[in-house]
Amino acid sequence: MLESLRDLYQEVVFDHNRNPRNFRVMEEATRKIEGYNPLCGDRITLFVRLNDAGIIEDVSFQGQGCAISTASASLMTEMVKGMTEAQAEELFANFHRVTTGQTDDAELNGLGKLAVLAGVRAYPARVKCATLPWHSLQAALKSDAENISTE
Amino acid sequence: MSHNSYDVQQIRRDFPILEQTVHGFPLVYLDNAASNHKPLAVMDAMRHVMLHDYANVHRGVHTLSQRASEQFEQARHKVRNFIHAAHDHEIIFVRGATEGINLVAQTFGRSNISPGDRILISAMEHHANIVPWQMLRDQTGAELSIIPMAEDGSLLLDQLDALLDDRVKLVAVTHMSNALGTLNPVADIIRKAHARGIPVLLDGAQSTPHMAVDVQALDCDFFVFSGHKLYGPTGIGVLYGKTVHLENMPPWQGGGDMIRHVTFEKTTYSGLPWKFEAGTPAIIEAIGLGAAIDYLETLGMEAIARHEHELLHYATEKMLAIPGLRMVGTAEGKGGILSFTLEGIHPHDIGTILDHYGVAVRAGHHCAMPVMDFYGIPATARASLGLYNTHQDIDRLVDSIQQLIKVFH
Repeated sequence: MLESLRDLYQEVVFDHNRNPRNFRVMEEATRKIEGYNPLCGDRITLFVRLNDAGIIEDVSFQGQGCAISTASASLMTEMVKGMTEAQAEELFANFHRVTTGQTDDAELNGLGKLAVLAGVRAYPARVKCATLPWHSLQAALKSDAENISTE
Repeated sequence: MSHNSYDVQQIRRDFPILEQTVHGFPLVYLDNAASNHKPLAVMDAMRHVMLHDYANVHRGVHTLSQRASEQFEQARHKVRNFIHAAHDHEIIFVRGATEGINLVAQTFGRSNISPGDRILISAMEHHANIVPWQMLRDQTGAELSIIPMAEDGSLLLDQLDALLDDRVKLVAVTHMSNALGTLNPVADIIRKAHARGIPVLLDGAQSTPHMAVDVQALDCDFFVFSGHKLYGPTGIGVLYGKTVHLENMPPWQGGGDMIRHVTFEKTTYSGLPWKFEAGTPAIIEAIGLGAAIDYLETLGMEAIARHEHELLHYATEKMLAIPGLRMVGTAEGKGGILSFTLEGIHPHDIGTILDHYGVAVRAGHHCAMPVMDFYGIPATARASLGLYNTHQDIDRLVDSIQQLIKVFH
């Protein structure tokens, strides 16, 4: 592969794109939301099960997206499982700052596995691919709304 | 100009922007359906008018204003000849095809369409030929009906007769689809519509750069196109309308230049074409568009069409040999558009990775979401040809697609 592409398309991204984790319908979800990126027409359905203590017990997704959005959704489901709403919010806030280039590399450490997606900051047209699953999660946690758009 | 005298390498020297590298590779520009590049002749004409002759048009008695007015009206005359209109005054300068369609919807449409009437469009329209009619529908209580299409992206014309009932007051269809490349049998559509007294608007945004257009031979009532897709500047486009329609239509925007006499009580309007050109027009851009037309006529639209058809044929054959590649839009009559998907690879990834090989294509819904819905896909990657593309460009596209498949699998 071209050296210049490796920042964006790391092996972990390809792995999650080929074999997305938690890629399933969740019958017992307490929240279900449709995410939509009008720029590319991508749709994601996100399923979340919150317990009474506000902890994300389970999270899964369905939909067809590009490698970046699929990997981002897959990584997100792995990472936020077991988190409280506040913890998930904080992780997204960090991730958002990194992907939109508003931060220095120090904050990359706090992202854990998500750091593989940091390369997207060099591709302004692709940032929304990486953040769509997160905007959807945020909307699912905050409200009972059925639809979320990145616009 | 004969086939053999079409020297594409010589032509490319008229487009200096093509001589650059992107991510270390020589640029291959295949996004011509979105917008194409401008030959030096266009830049020179725009620079020349600003260096020597520029002033506001129509109102001035001084020398520069007269020169600018002459050149502006000369550009109108060039457009008229280019699309073979009967009169200069049938050429209305607008911002682009989108504005042309909106103008017709809000003037012709508002005065001719009543509750229960129908506007007939096709299943493959660009949003610019859908949304203005939906707005008109909602303003008038009319309905929108759709000519359906087949899997290959050709219109199901056998259904046209049934759709063209007494309630249809206007047909608006694309001459060539931007998402699929389909060249529609517009002469047939117009004949059938006219047999029932229904006027027809053609969206020529994609067809004008690729083929000779004769609005009188087609007998269309309205025809729109954009300058920036015709190797000309942005911000300028054309609405052609038959005199009889334009005369009966009320003005659209009010302002300077479109009036004959104004008092606080009453205004009388200018004649054609100025009735529809309120405010200072895009003078420099119109002159640039005129230069683009001169340039195209020097090459010859027939020669351009032949060159692009040969490239389309070459590209189609090579691309269909790529495992997992699906061509979206395979109608028999097609212009130089190759819309495709790759199994297991999203079009946005295709677009980003091809860019790293120096190949510029578009990825997305191409402002034709209903077309994507028809095929059950969110998006396609689209390579679109221009007069300066070469066989080597196609080879680079195909090689890069093969590279990217390796990366993904």
